[in-house]
Amino acid sequence: MKRVKLLAIEAWLPIVLVTVWLVASAGSGSLYFPPLADILHEVRELWIFDATRDDLLPSLGRIGVGFCIAVVVGVVGGVLLGLLRPLEEALRPLLEFLRATPGVALLPIATLFLGIGDEMKIFLIALASVWPILLNTIDGVRSAEPVLLQMARSYRFSTAGKIRFIYIPNAAPGVFAGCRLALAIATVVMVVTEMVGSPGGIGWFILDSQRSFNIVQMWSGIVVLGLVGYALNLALRLVESRVLAWHHMKNG
Amino acid sequence: MNPSVNAGHPGVLLNVQGLSKKYGDREILRELDLIVESGEFVCIVGPSGAGKTTLLQCLSGLSAPTAGRVVLNGREIHETPPEMAIVFQDYSRSLMPWLSVLDNVTVALRSTKLNKQARHERAVAALTEVGLGDHLALYPWQMSGGMQQRAAIARALAYQPEIVLMDEPFASVDAQTRADLEDLTLALKNHLGITVVLVTHDIDEAVYLADRVVVLGNRPTQVVDIVEVELGAQRDQISTKADPKFSSLRSRVYRGIRGEAPTAADAVEG
Ligand SMILES: Nc1ncnc2c1ncn2[C@@H]1O[C@H](COP(=O)(O)OP(=O)(O)OP(=O)(O)O)[C@@H](O)[C@H]1O
Ligand SMILES: [Mg+2]
Repeated sequence: MKRVKLLAIEAWLPIVLVTVWLVASAGSGSLYFPPLADILHEVRELWIFDATRDDLLPSLGRIGVGFCIAVVVGVVGGVLLGLLRPLEEALRPLLEFLRATPGVALLPIATLFLGIGDEMKIFLIALASVWPILLNTIDGVRSAEPVLLQMARSYRFSTAGKIRFIYIPNAAPGVFAGCRLALAIATVVMVVTEMVGSPGGIGWFILDSQRSFNIVQMWSGIVVLGLVGYALNLALRLVESRVLAWHHMKNG
Repeated sequence: MNPSVNAGHPGVLLNVQGLSKKYGDREILRELDLIVESGEFVCIVGPSGAGKTTLLQCLSGLSAPTAGRVVLNGREIHETPPEMAIVFQDYSRSLMPWLSVLDNVTVALRSTKLNKQARHERAVAALTEVGLGDHLALYPWQMSGGMQQRAAIARALAYQPEIVLMDEPFASVDAQTRADLEDLTLALKNHLGITVVLVTHDIDEAVYLADRVVVLGNRPTQVVDIVEVELGAQRDQISTKADPKFSSLRSRVYRGIRGEAPTAADAVEG
């Protein structure tokens, strides 16, 4: 019962919007805004499953690898910098600078060094999305409860034990908040790098459809991209609700 | 569990010599001397802000003294030794909110080199002993203050220390829970033969629990009096506190804290 209610809360707005779009666009003769029914038809025809295999899966592979690199680098680096205060203070200006520079601004230089293939795309996805994770991890490590740290010292926790049982769990809520932000950034960078880089991927698919004036096909790509973004976010929230069960219970 | 090796033969367990502590220019503790014998229950009583927490941190090696030294079993302390466990003043913040009580206790046993199974068994035994045997899976924030403090005590017991330091362990629970926890602590101490050093600002609590009360004066804090409490090992919230000896002991401690000289009557009683 509770599940059904939650689902209803989650779904009502999208359902309303899609219905409005369906009705409003029915019979539309506009070249740029074809009827939603045509777009959905195209989605079914194209994306089950040829385009999924050819374009979507490679995209998911790139965002998956890039995002995982960002998580690992962000958490490991964040724990190190959080614990080694002098190192963090020395690097802080650089970090702030890099964070403030939009990742895609490095696209031209990344293409010079890494080409237009997967390496460049994955590198930029990871680079652009690592910052919120890194900075939130640093803050989470820093804000560990002093009484808990004394407790850990008095019970002779090893450094690894302190990291595993105090610092990381304390940082976890912030890390997940950072991951949600990072995932949104990663999606944007994935699309942009695919539009600019070597052919293939859903970003390239959308741009290529537009260039060949296949507007219905272009819209089908956009719809699929939206669905994928939503699904990725949902997957992350599922992981979070498992890992942070204590946190969600505690804070209602 | 693990009766202290020296239980039958009182000997010096903890020896504090000329302990001073300053934070910058602020002198908190001045040249404290203190001896705790094996198997003793020592209460250190002093007014709020006297530096009781500071003292316990020095005794446990969590904080380095400015001068003087702390010797446990003949070795000078620089970090908390394995034969010592601490129950912190702020119990709700000394438990990890992301772990169940059971895990809170088992994780604290990782430095003991016991295997996983043995750690689990010890943790369950200790939690059962403090009356939390049916609540192993609860998170700390799902428990009342009294239960959290029991969990913190269980964690110290499971560690099987020779000596437990407790920092105002019952200061923030209601009166009834407080009496229960006091009796629990006494019973555990008698049953396990461990040494307890408990810090409190509550004079009644100090006299009720202790074999010896160490009275601290105002800052810079020094030992102003040491009171032997001969009320026997078996104590009872009602009859012990009604004992005339109890009330004369507590007025002696009270005068010590106020900075008045002990009277002749105190000397006879003590
Ligand atoms: N890390 C610190 N740096 C500077 N001053 C400190 C520090 N810790 C404690 N103090 C000061 O030392 C004094 C004694 O503090 P402490 O916490 O030891 O007192 P206490 O007797 O435990 O008090 P309470 O009964 O309130 O717990 C206080 O005035 C406090 O401000
Ligand atoms: Mg204190």
